[in-house]
Amino acid sequence: MDSTTLSLIQLGIVFFGLGFLGRLAGRIGMSPVPLYLLGGLAFGEGGFVNLAGIDGFAHIASEIGVILLLLMLGLEYTAKELVTGLRQSWMAGLLDIVLNMLPGVVVALILGWGPVGALVMAGITYISSSGIIAKVLGDLGRLGNRETPVILSILVIEDLAMAAYLPILTAVLAGVSLAGGLTAVGISLAVITAVLVVALRFGHIVSKALDSPDRESFLLKVLGAALLVAGMASALQVSAAVGAFLLGIAISGGTAESATRVLEPLRDLFAAMFFVLFGLNTDPRTIPPVLGFALVLAIVSAGTKVLTGWWAAKQQGIAVLGRARAGAALIARGEFSIVIAGLAVASGAVPAELAALATTYVLIMAVFGPIATRYVEPVVRFFQGKKPQGKEPELSF
Amino acid sequence: MNIEETPLPGIGVRRELRLASGRRVGVVTHRDGLTELILSRVDDPDACAASIPLSAEEASALGTLLGSAQLIAQLSAEQENVSGVTTHQILIRKGSLYAGRPLGDTQMRTRTGTSIVALLRDDDVIGSPRPDEVLHVGDLVVIVGTDEGLAEAAAILQSR
Repeated sequence: MDSTTLSLIQLGIVFFGLGFLGRLAGRIGMSPVPLYLLGGLAFGEGGFVNLAGIDGFAHIASEIGVILLLLMLGLEYTAKELVTGLRQSWMAGLLDIVLNMLPGVVVALILGWGPVGALVMAGITYISSSGIIAKVLGDLGRLGNRETPVILSILVIEDLAMAAYLPILTAVLAGVSLAGGLTAVGISLAVITAVLVVALRFGHIVSKALDSPDRESFLLKVLGAALLVAGMASALQVSAAVGAFLLGIAISGGTAESATRVLEPLRDLFAAMFFVLFGLNTDPRTIPPVLGFALVLAIVSAGTKVLTGWWAAKQQGIAVLGRARAGAALIARGEFSIVIAGLAVASGAVPAELAALATTYVLIMAVFGPIATRYVEPVVRFFQGKKPQGKEPELSF
Repeated sequence: MNIEETPLPGIGVRRELRLASGRRVGVVTHRDGLTELILSRVDDPDACAASIPLSAEEASALGTLLGSAQLIAQLSAEQENVSGVTTHQILIRKGSLYAGRPLGDTQMRTRTGTSIVALLRDDDVIGSPRPDEVLHVGDLVVIVGTDEGLAEAAAILQSR
């Protein structure tokens, strides 16, 4: 069997298996990300089967997966929403950063991973999964709730924080000096500001340049632009992912919506590849030693997210139940924690156990977050000493 | 009436109004055009008792119904004394033969003996519409007539 044939067969098996896992995730109403990670763990190094034939493809596909994940994160919010969000909820955003980066930093220092590891873990525990959260809120019919805009504006700020964080991370992982790091931060902040201004003033020009009535040429143009910008950003040492993210912010209005529509299937495909590859490269045997840390980290960082949401909702005059819902909704971590861990592991600047810890942590949080969001109400009611109320009040007018 | 508008970043916009009873009722409009009708809970005003997804057609029909409730009540009160005559409302659906054509084309009075007394479009009421008034998809046509006449009228307006 020649190598192409082998690759095709292995790829086929991988995608087919992922399809089943995705379906299973949909059935039980959870994000497919943890299942993809588990799928990756099952194969690869130390797993059941070794898939060596698809390394080349998997590598570039997962790079594209990260670019698409970030591009679509940028597309999710308009520049106007980002600016308004920043203006209205910067205090909550700041609290979010302090409270939720801290657990990651502490664990990294305890494990002796040094300042670089601390920076990586800070990002992993900080960034909530906007994908999981938006979906759960929609599924639970909570879009009309008063605390929902509070949750969303915190996610918006996390988005912006990522744009500042990723270039710093890239610079630090590349081993630049403090001065070099500060330069990278300076450049990236200047670029973000410039992009926001361009997006606010001239977003329609960028959008128009990319827009096309023909679906096929539109897809190729958007994808081409994303890869081009990502590649150029990477050449400038600003991180490919951030380039794609900023392009996403600059694209606005109707173009952003159609871009989301045409890119979604591609993102699903390549991002799945990214998660699997991350799982593949994580040796399952490294998980048991860090399992305890992952659990403690999960509990503590769930608590800090609840505090963040609670405080932010309280500022908006929302009652106790709503505060609890806001807090619980923010718990879910997912794709972006893995993106951060992926960047770190690929650079080789952090120990391999970090991949194991990140995988385990995200597995727990991606599953626990939606569950907490769903069941927080009865729990709070129980502690308030009120009887859980069934269907009756929903029907009384 | 005070309508409160809240942006939902990444999702869409929520518009709601506070009822005299203190409850919030409103609409979440998703970016992709999907609308959801929301109604706050009594025991927890921050939360929603219901959020009901509506198609564009359903949302527009519901809006028309709500806007027209008073007119219908008035019409029914007026014909209470006239036996054998009722009021009927017929929705112009997508694909209806008469969508986009003037009212006169239906020749309603000649063909069925019924009278079109009003058109309800979005939040507007067009009373005693003229024959050159063009029918739109989503219009609610208010017709007065006998039961047989109304059945024929419905068949005409819904023919494709």
